[in-house]
Amino acid sequence: MLSNIGNSILFISAFLSISIIYLANKNLKVSNNLIIKNIYQLSLIQSTLIIVCFFTLIAAFIVSDFSLVTVYQNSHSMKPVFYKIAGTWGNHEGSLLLWVIILTIFSFLFLIYNKDHPKKFRLLTLIIQNILILGFLFFILFNSNPFSSLSPTPSEGLGLNPILQDPALAIHPPLLYVGFVGSSIYFSAAIASLIVNYSEKSFSSSIKNWVLISWCFQTLGILVGSIWAYYELGWGGFWFWDPVENASLLPWFAMTALLHSLIVFEKRNLFYFWVIILCLITFILSVTGTFLVRSGILNSVHTFASDPTRGVYILLFLSLMIFSSIYLLFKKYKKENYNLNQNSKETFILINNWFMMFYLITVLLGTIYPIFTDALTDNKISVGPPFYNAIIFPIVVIFLIFMAVGPKVKWIKNKFEDIKVYFLILAGSIILNALILVFIKSYSILSNFIIISALFLIISSLKDGVSAIQKNKFDLARIISHTSFGFLVLFIGLNHIFSIERDYNIKVGETKNFENYSIKLEKLDLKDFPNYKAVIGTLEINNNFSNEKNILKPEIRIYDNPKTLTYEASIKTNLLKDYYLTMSNIDRSDYYNIKFQKKPLMIWIWISVVMIVAGGFLRLFKNAKYS
Amino acid sequence: MRNTVKIIIFVIFFFVISVFYISLTRDVNYNTSSLINKEVPQFKIAYFDKNEFYTKQDLIKNNYTLINFWASWCGPCRVEHPVLMKLSAENNLDILGVNFKDKKELARKFLKDLGNPYNSLLKDVEGKQSVIFGIYGIPESVIINNKNTIIKKFVGPLSLDDYKEIKEMIK
Repeated sequence: MLSNIGNSILFISAFLSISIIYLANKNLKVSNNLIIKNIYQLSLIQSTLIIVCFFTLIAAFIVSDFSLVTVYQNSHSMKPVFYKIAGTWGNHEGSLLLWVIILTIFSFLFLIYNKDHPKKFRLLTLIIQNILILGFLFFILFNSNPFSSLSPTPSEGLGLNPILQDPALAIHPPLLYVGFVGSSIYFSAAIASLIVNYSEKSFSSSIKNWVLISWCFQTLGILVGSIWAYYELGWGGFWFWDPVENASLLPWFAMTALLHSLIVFEKRNLFYFWVIILCLITFILSVTGTFLVRSGILNSVHTFASDPTRGVYILLFLSLMIFSSIYLLFKKYKKENYNLNQNSKETFILINNWFMMFYLITVLLGTIYPIFTDALTDNKISVGPPFYNAIIFPIVVIFLIFMAVGPKVKWIKNKFEDIKVYFLILAGSIILNALILVFIKSYSILSNFIIISALFLIISSLKDGVSAIQKNKFDLARIISHTSFGFLVLFIGLNHIFSIERDYNIKVGETKNFENYSIKLEKLDLKDFPNYKAVIGTLEINNNFSNEKNILKPEIRIYDNPKTLTYEASIKTNLLKDYYLTMSNIDRSDYYNIKFQKKPLMIWIWISVVMIVAGGFLRLFKNAKYS
Repeated sequence: MRNTVKIIIFVIFFFVISVFYISLTRDVNYNTSSLINKEVPQFKIAYFDKNEFYTKQDLIKNNYTLINFWASWCGPCRVEHPVLMKLSAENNLDILGVNFKDKKELARKFLKDLGNPYNSLLKDVEGKQSVIFGIYGIPESVIINNKNTIIKKFVGPLSLDDYKEIKEMIK
């Protein structure tokens, strides 16, 4: 029943897409500046239907309708309702449906919110967006259909990977998809703008809010994924340079570059083609990321079952996108003459873009290099954190300094104010860093540079803030985002430098001492939960220096469906530090292996990212209010 | 000049997509089934305690070799350790332990606490050599005969059933 409803809606949506393309194409030839009503209506119906379709799938998950293959494979009647719902997008088929929802809704919203732009441009954007929608709908219908039915209906489902039963992970994909898929709308707009030669400044106002929205959600999605990895994967890190994590980072770099170069385009009508290229590669990178994850040619913690035909389809789609973009770009490209002054804001924003491109290329190479060596030389290699850390971190130092100075530089003029002030701030940063060195602990030269440059960015952004308040000329959004980015790098640096990690085998009643801490395993409890059993350890951690006592309760969980053992970290967070403890059993012995970590300022890393995003949203609200 | 740039860009993208396509049609890196009944590839893994290397040629000396990839930080490795201890009593089988991305002292302590089932102990600090055997997560084990053919690969901790199966294999 649900299967029929879902399938019918999918077919109708595909038909609607074709109709919209047809009508829009017909309407293109009419030479007034009005888009016919039918197109709005069809777009609205299309968005509504797709949402209904998604709710149908959610309903199937809630009532555990195992006649649907997707539900059977990814759900279980014993599972809590929240995770049944999250299961809808926790699998390949369902998440593709989420893709189409975002494509469709963005398409509709773009249509109704850009009424001041030329009709041809809007219609063409709509047509291209609908071609994308159609492509994904066909993919869903003929390859990855969430509504495929199964007969006879199994009595019980196969369950969901217990590691995926986590609130952070339930909201991680939707957030990330708004970012990933949201970039489709400015891909379509960029192509449309190339075709109709819509290269005026006003083009930027048609896309800038969409870039902001996708950037904010992409950042949040990356943050939530990283929080999940920290809590769930049990080794205390929050970024692993895993290929799939990288796949979400690649479009982020492109979006960040785009966000900044749009400012120049809007203000000075420069960089048009560069903006277009960034619009194109953002979405191309999003689809490339999807291809890498879903085709199974990369292996990572994101274990989606791999099916080569999926890969072929996405690859075909990707190639079409890439080659048509390149073709159009070559055809329309005109050499732009920049004539920038060395010390103007334009130059600094261009420098920001170079950095972003540098990071993008580094991460892209690291991610796809193993695929190349494997395919071309049969040589299997893995590119890990040492590569990224060695290349990215030293460059961050210079990047932060440009980031601190850039916003204060004037447009057009070759003038640089306040050099003295910057020297003072730099001196202040060096002194602060020296204080940390002297009073707490010494660290490597590179770490010194990173801490100093992060402090430099923070102080100069704050100083900007203060003087802006005085002059009442206030770019709060930028100041919040930039200051928070400085804090982010600072906290990551301090966290890295001051972490403590210890590994012990311990049995009940035993105490281990190290530095000024002691850890005691007080007791073990066995508890039954609805879909798993857990061995819960109670450990007391004493800081003998400050007499602070903490009880941590790491768990070993035994899930029923599928039968899996997972180790749950116990984490005590406060404003200064996290205690992070995992426990695993040692067969046929009373000993348990515990891994204790002290991670300073952890919570501030998350807060910094939230604040970076807050800056983005603030800018969005301002834009909305202004327009 | 502009045309050359265009052609180069086009070729680069074409190349990337072709490589993606080739990768799609190939066996997945860590698909264990592709390794079975194949000859062991060339490898060179350092000994844990001395400055020498264990290579493919050393394998021929044994009737059967079980290569076990483990680390002290790996919980399931502790679970399978008793099975390895039991296997170490088998005469027909040499057990080769590859200590995977681990710290030396911790690895030593692990073996001191739980016993050392290995005839030879090697280390793969960066995890690069293990990739040859398609090792992704540990513990994983590979069993090889004296013709250097991989007979079976075990992903995840060895169980008592695996123990019986291995015993049967090396009879």
